Amino acid sequence: MTGQLAADTPVPPLLDVVGLTKRFSGVTALDNVSLDVRAGEILGLLGENGAGKSTLLKILSGAQSASSGSISFAGRPYAPAGPDAARQAGIVTIYQELSLIPTLSVAENIFVNRAPTGPFGLIDWRRMRRQARDILARVNLSLDPETPVSALSVAEQQLVEIARALSLESRLIIMDEPTSALTETEVQQLFGIMEMLRRDGVAIMFVTHRLEEASSMCDRMTVLRDGRLAGHLLRDGGRVPVPRIIEKMVGRAASELYARPTRRDNAGAVRLSVRGLRTVRAADAPHAVVLDGIDLDLRAGEILGLAGLVGSGRTELARAVFGADPIASGTIRLDGQLIAPMSPADACALGIGLVPEDRKQQAIFAMLPIRQNFSIAALDLFSDGLGVMRPGREGAALAGYRKAMSIRMSSPEQAIDGLSGGNQQKVILARWLARDPKVLIVDEPTRGVDVGAKTEVHQILVQLAERGIAILMISSELPEVLSVSDRIITMRQGRITGEMPAIEATEESLMALMALEARPGDPQ
Amino acid sequence: MTSPVTQRGRGGFDLFRVLKQFGPLLFLFALMLVFAITNENFLTQLNLFNVARQISITGLIALGMTFVILTAGIDLSVGSLLAFCGMVAAVVAKGGTANTLSLSSNAGAGYGWGAALLAAVVVGTAAGFVQGLVITRLRVPPFVVTLGGLTIFRGLTLTLSGGGPISGFTPGMRWFGTGLVGPVPVPVLIFGLAALLCHVVLRYTRFGRAVYAVGGNAEAARLSGVRVDRVLVSVYMIVGFFSGLAAFVLAARLNSAEAVAGIGYELTVISAVVIGGTSLFGGIGGVGGTVVGAALIGVLVNGLVLNNISSYTQQVTIGLILIAAVAFDRWLKARARA
Repeated sequence: MTGQLAADTPVPPLLDVVGLTKRFSGVTALDNVSLDVRAGEILGLLGENGAGKSTLLKILSGAQSASSGSISFAGRPYAPAGPDAARQAGIVTIYQELSLIPTLSVAENIFVNRAPTGPFGLIDWRRMRRQARDILARVNLSLDPETPVSALSVAEQQLVEIARALSLESRLIIMDEPTSALTETEVQQLFGIMEMLRRDGVAIMFVTHRLEEASSMCDRMTVLRDGRLAGHLLRDGGRVPVPRIIEKMVGRAASELYARPTRRDNAGAVRLSVRGLRTVRAADAPHAVVLDGIDLDLRAGEILGLAGLVGSGRTELARAVFGADPIASGTIRLDGQLIAPMSPADACALGIGLVPEDRKQQAIFAMLPIRQNFSIAALDLFSDGLGVMRPGREGAALAGYRKAMSIRMSSPEQAIDGLSGGNQQKVILARWLARDPKVLIVDEPTRGVDVGAKTEVHQILVQLAERGIAILMISSELPEVLSVSDRIITMRQGRITGEMPAIEATEESLMALMALEARPGDPQ
Repeated sequence: MTSPVTQRGRGGFDLFRVLKQFGPLLFLFALMLVFAITNENFLTQLNLFNVARQISITGLIALGMTFVILTAGIDLSVGSLLAFCGMVAAVVAKGGTANTLSLSSNAGAGYGWGAALLAAVVVGTAAGFVQGLVITRLRVPPFVVTLGGLTIFRGLTLTLSGGGPISGFTPGMRWFGTGLVGPVPVPVLIFGLAALLCHVVLRYTRFGRAVYAVGGNAEAARLSGVRVDRVLVSVYMIVGFFSGLAAFVLAARLNSAEAVAGIGYELTVISAVVIGGTSLFGGIGGVGGTVVGAALIGVLVNGLVLNNISSYTQQVTIGLILIAAVAFDRWLKARARA
């Protein structure tokens, strides 16, 4: 089982994906992708956001079905009807958002739906605990199987999921960004388990943004780009060097979609100045990243791009400045004045706006009309002294933005969830513009926005900057950061790891600052 | 390229779109039609005002409950709070807890109906404020806080009154329960004016917009600068205010404040709001629907009584019709969306 196979022995792949294509109403998320994974190897699956990784994972885990192409697993055709069928077949996917049931114990989670039973079909708790302990031992986890999952750290929960996968005799374990919420020590522990699984002949598909980790752990890598296969990378002798991975991931000429605007040189005085900003981990958000001494200056009329991976602390920074999360120490100045927004309402009143990352959960009121979605942040401006709305003022303002931003809607009374993502986002931008903010923070402004509307959103942001608004734009899409920003900062693990004018930045240089551990004296 | 606007946003007449706006109202008319055919006394002015007067007490509370349910909250304490506020009003009106139908025995000892009314609404509003604070500050779910309130206010009422009623109010106070303005009973007039006011507040004020926003998506509301906690405390104060007002009108009508008043009202009130199309998940609905929902329940009870349906069968029928009304409304909405 553990013996090294000679290099020239033809090994039939455990998983063989050929010409996989997935279309969603007009959009091709995955276009003719082929890859294979062999028993006892770690295959890295890499690509930027939107490259098609999640679609591929959803098909492999049975959450979606492919439009065309074929998959075979362990020599048989593989087309799971659902996640449970995928598990039965021997493929387990461990997502970033872990899928354990927090209120149940570790043992109950391991044996969910298949608890060992005794006479009369009653659950045999003693046997269940004993077996759970044995299973946990396989991943070097010594915990009481009675512990509720909610009491475990993210790392421990991951190991429980891996243990459960092993107990299901899984032959392929897919790990989606398993290290993004782990500390360095925990990452090393996880890698130890991964090496052990590899020796035992389990295949692992390792999806990660952290190229250094991919480089050190993976036997081979498959890189996706814009839904297509960008290439395979083989480790020959040593590791696959990180620059070669970046080259494959980025590998395209600057697309016309991200035509760099002409240089603007209209940055004014410092509007927002943050010094030594720190946060502490809140009890109700144990997985949030802790900000560790953030310094930044944002000038009137500039777009400051903030590039960082998931888990870098970029969203936490936005929320802290906006008063949505508490600050442990540090200062925020707006136009030179010390401010301490205790709530988003305070930040709004001071002239700060936030277009949040998750439009559906955090920005729109799905069932309410566009008009109400638009005016919610500026109700004070659209009403008289008694708090009675002035529909005329409100309607005129909305009509103005509808024209200026070409928001396509049938009527302001239409429910906002009938609009496309791009038009929804324009309404949310208009919501803040109605307040005429001094500082506007936009978090992933074009997430879920179709390609055509992306350019429009970018143009709107540039126009706003030209009006003198200071814009902090958070994005994990590097071409977007490069084309829209005047200046770029990068974050990793709650710290700012670099700063440069956009004109000097390249995807490679940003990726290096976002994905690599910043060490003093490192050549960049 | 797909169209940015979905089909239902386009013009054109869609029968179901119109129907879904008026689902509960259609149901009410259908029911009235049935009763008008089956009983000649149903569609008389006297009977209709009688129905209106019957629904005005729970209707008033339902107006306040609409605000609460629009924020995805609930208030189970309204029935007990009504009893408590009524008892407070009676104590203030009579200047003590003596239960005397004869006014002459302690004439001039009370503080008048104005003070009684003020006491009832102040106590009701204050109770709502306290419950709202517990909900927002201590993060106890509204269901639990107001379930506690249900017991607490009933207990306070019994403590205050010693278990018995306080009866016998001045004609000035009784006018609020039994008086007429033209042909219109005063409680109906109060309910109508209050409904109009609530409608205006919900539709045409900043506060109303904030209520819908908090119920539609509390996190989005917070990130849009809405002070969510203040809105939540306010809606519990509003339902408390209306419980107090309803208590005053009820005491005036019965010429008595009863320690056992309002038992089970919370269910009638919540039924009226929900039948009226307000979603228990918040963000959808309004006062118009609640008035229709309250009327529907009132008409149903009245029509069944007129048709000599036994009170046991009545209960079964009411339950079935409540479910049918909401199912009909959901069906219309689903068709309109398709």
